[in-house]
Amino acid sequence: MELGSIVKSLNLTVRSGSQNLAVEVTGGYVGDLLSDVIANSKRGDIWITRQVHQNIVAVATLKELAGIILVGNNEPARETLEKAVQEAVPILVSKLPGFETAGRIYQLIAARE
Amino acid sequence: MPEKSADKKPSFSDTFSVAGGNFDDAGRVSSRIKGILKKMCLPFDVVRKAAICTYEAEMNIVCYARRGDITLSVDEDRVVIEAVDEGQGIPDIDLARQAGYSTSTAKIREMGFGAGMGLGNIDRFADDFDITSEVGKGTKLVMIVNITNGS
Repeated sequence: MELGSIVKSLNLTVRSGSQNLAVEVTGGYVGDLLSDVIANSKRGDIWITRQVHQNIVAVATLKELAGIILVGNNEPARETLEKAVQEAVPILVSKLPGFETAGRIYQLIAARE
Repeated sequence: MPEKSADKKPSFSDTFSVAGGNFDDAGRVSSRIKGILKKMCLPFDVVRKAAICTYEAEMNIVCYARRGDITLSVDEDRVVIEAVDEGQGIPDIDLARQAGYSTSTAKIREMGFGAGMGLGNIDRFADDFDITSEVGKGTKLVMIVNITNGS
């Protein structure tokens, strides 16, 4: 499904990459350990994390992830936002905690299959 | 694809410098190397494996060494990534390769690095992986990803 539909359904705040909301989300990955995400996320995944520092942008770019959702109303650090704007990586902020954010997105994607 | 040559000389080779402790720029070399491999139209899986290995090697230099160089060499049947750093070295390589073993600081862990997964990831994604290290001098990683169609 389109990233934009997830943004609408979960009422996410778009902090960067608004030009890339038409991208197709094919799955998701949850994690705060960067080596875990690098190894196990797949291209097209939406990444749900609590990490807000700028290295998350490099991980998302390298793995060609659909975007990053920061959970629990956590905002990206200033340098993170600058990098994400530069790389056109969507960073989205969820008011919900990680468990609920992931659960809702899982249901949205599963309902499409 | 570039034309295949009969000899085994790398058809491409370039070296990139990585600064230790500079988390601001971390991942730059991996992204650059991934971009180069993609432009060569190598199979997706080869690019993916090489990018993961390069990222882990780059982060090890950023987290633990003063500086390092990452050299990418590509010939018709393999991608070779060599990461050579000037740093503290690894006293016990077998221990360092064990999943979960880490010598990282709290600051590094807070950022989601240093979980003791890096060398394990390289083991998993490289077709061949070799580490040599000298305590007080530095560490050299040689990682090879074979180019096989549909790998």
